[in-house]
Amino acid sequence: MEIKTHKMYLNLGPSHPTMHGTLRILLTLDGETITDAVPEIGYLHRCFEKESEGHTYTQVIPYTDRLNYVSPLMNNVGYALAVEKLLGIEAPRRAQYIRVIISELSRIMDHLVAIGTNVVDIGALTNFWYFFNVREMMYVWVEALTGARLTNTYTRIGGVARDLPEGFADGVRKCLKDLGSAVKDVTGLLVKNRIFLERTRDVGAIAGEDAVAYGFTGPCLRASGVAYDVRKAHPYCCYDEFDFDVPLGVAGDTFDRTIVRIEEMRQSTRIIEQALARLPDGPIINPEAQSALPPKAEVYNSIEGLIRHFEIIMFGIRPPAGEVYGYTEAANGELGFYILSDGSGKPYRIKVRPPCFAIYQAYPKLIKGHLLADAIAVLGSLNIVAGELDR
Amino acid sequence: MLVDILKPLVVVFVVLNFIPLLIWFERKGSAYIQDRRGPNRAAILGIRLGGMLHNLADVVKLLTKEDIVPTRAHRFFYFIAPMIAMFVATVTIGVIPFAAPLAIGERSFTFQVADLNAGLLYVLAMGSLGVYGVMLAGWAANNNYTMLGGLRASAQMISYEVAMGLAVVALLLSAGTVNLTAIVEAQRGPLWAWYGFTQPLALVLFCTALLAETNRNPFDLPEGESELVAGYHTEYSSMKFALFFMAEYAHIVVGACLITALFAGGWHIPWIDWAYVRQQLELFVRPTLVGFGVCSMLVGGLLCRRFLRRYSTARYGDLRDYESLVFGIGGLLAGIGVLGAAALLPDDLSIAPFTRDLLVALAQISVFLTKVVFFCWCFIWVRWTLPRFRYDQLMRLGWKVMVPLALANIAVTAAIVALG
Repeated sequence: MEIKTHKMYLNLGPSHPTMHGTLRILLTLDGETITDAVPEIGYLHRCFEKESEGHTYTQVIPYTDRLNYVSPLMNNVGYALAVEKLLGIEAPRRAQYIRVIISELSRIMDHLVAIGTNVVDIGALTNFWYFFNVREMMYVWVEALTGARLTNTYTRIGGVARDLPEGFADGVRKCLKDLGSAVKDVTGLLVKNRIFLERTRDVGAIAGEDAVAYGFTGPCLRASGVAYDVRKAHPYCCYDEFDFDVPLGVAGDTFDRTIVRIEEMRQSTRIIEQALARLPDGPIINPEAQSALPPKAEVYNSIEGLIRHFEIIMFGIRPPAGEVYGYTEAANGELGFYILSDGSGKPYRIKVRPPCFAIYQAYPKLIKGHLLADAIAVLGSLNIVAGELDR
Repeated sequence: MLVDILKPLVVVFVVLNFIPLLIWFERKGSAYIQDRRGPNRAAILGIRLGGMLHNLADVVKLLTKEDIVPTRAHRFFYFIAPMIAMFVATVTIGVIPFAAPLAIGERSFTFQVADLNAGLLYVLAMGSLGVYGVMLAGWAANNNYTMLGGLRASAQMISYEVAMGLAVVALLLSAGTVNLTAIVEAQRGPLWAWYGFTQPLALVLFCTALLAETNRNPFDLPEGESELVAGYHTEYSSMKFALFFMAEYAHIVVGACLITALFAGGWHIPWIDWAYVRQQLELFVRPTLVGFGVCSMLVGGLLCRRFLRRYSTARYGDLRDYESLVFGIGGLLAGIGVLGAAALLPDDLSIAPFTRDLLVALAQISVFLTKVVFFCWCFIWVRWTLPRFRYDQLMRLGWKVMVPLALANIAVTAAIVALG
């Protein structure tokens, strides 16, 4: 006997417990099997690129905080590097080392959130708190350094805003030690767990060539076995001075993506420890760069200082006309800023290349034929951040 | 007559009172597993009972919430589904024996609502009715998520019902009866007389199936939050939601009662014969009192010490600061009182036969409930440790692993029983 069935259309999001931020996917379900998926983006669109055109180069920095709000410091660094490339200047060595430290700290915090929320979606809630305790400790030091927890706005064109606070190095070392034990706890709960293995192995797998074709970067690409890391391929911020490895996966599935992230946290720990040990002295912002605000004493006591301060604040820094693509290895992959300058104090156009955008293209392909529960597990492992995706 | 009316009320009262206790267990237990503090704010006159008063706040909240009925819901089934869920969860406990039957003159007084000869079959029958509540809820709310939740629930509960039934069959073969009182009585004696030790495979299968029956992690697919929002009760609010919520915990209580009665010796303590205790009750009275007194004084003393340590910092600046003092002094006074009573006991104490029976029954009930609390804690422990299964994996585990294992267990048990 033929039973007449019809497919179910399920609207996953934009308001759904696992649609991190405001993603929306329209699914066609045959029973629980996904036969078709159409993602719809734009629910968190904030006109970042258009807004930037009306602001000076320095004023854009706070907007970059809101791109990947899980690791805002890295967005700051990426943007500052792109503008510096346009200006043809470099930050002082101490500032570069500080940028490395905060970038790697952000990478760790981003991965903590990514893995934590991913395993929550798979149903293991406890790991999330083990990770978040460490993240909270790190946030204490990020707050001490930048004055804010989430919207840090820490870098400046040509350097960073403040020097490291007292006790920062020891505090961060303590955090890294706690991180080690938290990672041990979580891997102990997950890596040999049959349920977790069955939920993640061969789920949402993508081969290396396909990943490259889709424009994957970051942990998701490396999980597929492609050894591309901007930090190694095109070193910036003295990354070539540090000794670290690029962890690679084999299958490119959800499990590999999780494990690559865990290993990357270990490597980031190594980088931070080296950077803290070898932190050079010196200025934290390039005083020659026209972008640096003059010291307050000069502003208040000399007419030249006052005028320069006024010029920077009112008209912004004026890079030469031209275009530049600055790219860094953010937590999710290659974060690029394509800046077009017409010589005025405001960017003519800024185009952001968020890592999620390319990765999210492949999402329907990754989940087709899988079950509904897999769609959730895969989405978490890709770590799609709506703030960065929709801009 | 009066007893027959009172007994169901008392038993339901016990279940209903276990529910807030379990919710507190879950919240506080998960908090400690996850390195957090857990609930500690809700207070009445500064008394928080370690967060237990949150349940009271929850009840008030749920009672006063707007009761929303989706426009396109099937109203009759939508209304009746939570009632079925709660009803099924509470009636199952009717056949659980909390203590050995008491002989009062000619009559025998049982510590269960109904001492059915087919007690275990009643439990299985009622347990499988539970799927109706979940399925109807999922269907009646007319929502894709609840629909999927209901589908998953019905498939899961029916599959695991089979494994659960088969797991119990092996136990029945060795016990030779389905009467729960008789099954518990058969576990008298040393620790290895418990069916948990003679039938370890059945115990594992039964516990796993029970987790699936109660829809809890790792089998919480019907309400898998990350996938189906809240599963079958997504569209329920107010007390209707609370009924589902309570039914889940009532299921846990009943499940823990069943494990206790079937596998963990019920009211028996290993190597201790209740008949001997009954005969020599006088010997036990004083040590028990002294034990209670010492424990009470210890807890009271610790709480007082905590108060003295924290008082200078005055963490809250209101009545909550005095909470540990109130309980600390209460504990100390109670301890002194009990110890005094123990000292004042006459040496040639003699207890009337009826009181003797009653005290023994009370002790048995406490033993039973202690075991129940332990197994409830295991349920919570598992939930906060394991990830969730996927639908196909769940079905595979149920049909391809648990059912064959249960069948093999039956075959082996039957062979052993037949031979020996």
